[in-house]
Amino acid sequence: MPLSSEEKRRLEEKAHELRNLSVDTVVWAGSGHIGGSMSAMDIMTILHHKYMKIDPKRPAMPDRDRFILSKGHIGVGYAPVLADLGYFDKELLKEYNHTGSPLGMHLDSKKVTGVEASTGSLGHGLAIGLGMAVAARLKGESWRTYVLLGDGECDEGEVWESAMAAAHFKATNLVTIVDRNRCMIDGPTEEVMALEPFADKWRAFGFEVVECDGHDFDSLAAAFDRAHAAKDKPVAIIANTVKGWGIDFIAGDYKWHYGGFDAEKTAKAKESLARHRDARLAGAAGGAGAAGKGGGK
Amino acid sequence: MSGMTFTMLDATKMSTAEIYGKTLCDLGEEHKEIVGLSADLAKSTKIGMFGEKFPERFFNVGIAEQNMFGMAAGMAKAGLVPYVSTFAVFTSMRALDQVHTDICYQNLDVKMIATHAGLSFGQAGSTHHCTEDIAIMRSMANMTVIVPADGVETAHAVRAAYGRKGPVYIRINRGFDQAVYERPDYGFELGKAVTMREGTDLTIIACGSTVWRAVEAARTLEKVDGLKVRVLNMHTIKPIDAEAIERAVRETRRIITVEDHTTIGGLGSAVAEVAAGTGKSFSFRRLGVPDCFSIIGLHEDLLAHYGIDENGIAAAVRETMGRDFEADENWDDEV
Ligand SMILES: Cc1ncc(C[n+]2csc(CCOP(=O)(O)OP(=O)(O)O)c2C)c(N)n1
Repeated sequence: MPLSSEEKRRLEEKAHELRNLSVDTVVWAGSGHIGGSMSAMDIMTILHHKYMKIDPKRPAMPDRDRFILSKGHIGVGYAPVLADLGYFDKELLKEYNHTGSPLGMHLDSKKVTGVEASTGSLGHGLAIGLGMAVAARLKGESWRTYVLLGDGECDEGEVWESAMAAAHFKATNLVTIVDRNRCMIDGPTEEVMALEPFADKWRAFGFEVVECDGHDFDSLAAAFDRAHAAKDKPVAIIANTVKGWGIDFIAGDYKWHYGGFDAEKTAKAKESLARHRDARLAGAAGGAGAAGKGGGK
Repeated sequence: MSGMTFTMLDATKMSTAEIYGKTLCDLGEEHKEIVGLSADLAKSTKIGMFGEKFPERFFNVGIAEQNMFGMAAGMAKAGLVPYVSTFAVFTSMRALDQVHTDICYQNLDVKMIATHAGLSFGQAGSTHHCTEDIAIMRSMANMTVIVPADGVETAHAVRAAYGRKGPVYIRINRGFDQAVYERPDYGFELGKAVTMREGTDLTIIACGSTVWRAVEAARTLEKVDGLKVRVLNMHTIKPIDAEAIERAVRETRRIITVEDHTTIGGLGSAVAEVAAGTGKSFSFRRLGVPDCFSIIGLHEDLLAHYGIDENGIAAAVRETMGRDFEADENWDDEV
């Protein structure tokens, strides 16, 4: 179902708030994976604030939907999402990375409420998610599992072992999302290790592929609606995004995979985010092209 | 030291990985069959410096460690000498089957320079800490395992690895290491411990980032407690310097090992295996990360937390000095 304008506005405001909280978290932490946090924020926002059946007051609720952050390095993006939902005290974000804090660069499921799996070693998440999906079906339960992967992460062989198995086991209650920001650490994905034709690879492994604009809530909603209607093939959503979306001086620049902000950069980042939020709310072209510099060069 | 194209002063301004990168560039100049491989961590591990100098001899395989070590095996079989760099945790665990079966089993000339080892990537948490690799790697047949104490020793190790037949695992830290040597020509020899300080009351056997801390502790103990503590830098864990360990048992009868690694299976265990074989009674204690997944935090803080910093080491020495061990009047080799 298309989003109502009210719902869209609510999601835009929430994503904006979370991006700002993520910038603050990077400052509190000293540094962090800001680029991949910004590219994934709209995806995480629509999942947690529209689609996922979750109750932060009952984090162990048996029939909750599961979210696995396979690209586990964006703790500074994901922890704000959980804190804002009330899984833990937002104040804790101020101790991010401090010695003895439960919050480190990669979130630990034993220490951070709401985190379903301790990730950070890339390539593991889809297998864990598939295991959960298969378990749900075996137990006759209707919850879904969502797995968010990085595109660089898809270099890992294990991703494709899991993909083959997901199609084989017809895991239609598993939703695979790839944050296609076209950047990894050492450079653009197509220069370091070419992924294209990327959608065809997923198709060849037995998936139905839905491509969408990962910074446009209408486009994301259509993709998730399609995934939820999966009949006999699992769905992979390739969300085209921009690394560092919304922060002009880092957008599309692979060198901003990881970094820190001084006071001046923080102010500039927030000013840039506000500008892009306004543009999106005004209904101006808000998609991947608008806030980035040519898709990850 | 032969082939070092940077001074001690330069060395203090470079991270350990940068010294590795620089050394590999020099080595690559001398030996055309050296190639480099990384898995989207060329910049972080500094093997990218080699990649910039010799782009045609450098292969970034993307985030695919298993493929990387398998490819390195193939290259070695075809006569090349691959230097391979990713984080220690992915070298020793993600790609272990490839390291074991493709590289060690066939005794191939693959040199693994693994960075961000121990707790040196402290804030990254347990997915990136690597406190099991010494135990894992030394159990692989044919493998040589080196844990350099600082940047200069890393340069020696990277060069020595080239001349050593078969697989070599060199474990280095993220960031800067406190220099432990005043001069580069202290006589690095693979498989031979370096005596950092002489002493007869007790021997501390350390490796990697704990060497400097052990030396500091020994200095304090001499000043404050009047103790004469020997410090051995056991930079080569395999093959281990059994002779130095046996001598320490005979001459000091008290041994403390200290490592930025789990107390299970690493330096402490390697030393215990040799020491137990002497048949002598001695006091023994292993310092390291206890059997747990570490808390997060800065490297220094974590070393302090687990008692493997200067203070923790000094406290363990004092405690051990107060402990009795079975008297053995008949030891003719006792001092
Ligand atoms: C197995 C493994 N290898 C290497 C790394 C180091 N690493 C952390 S993030 C990253 C790049 C990830 O790129 P991508 O998946 O595209 O993430 P994004 O650009 O969305 O941040 C790498 C290589 C890791 N965490 N795990």
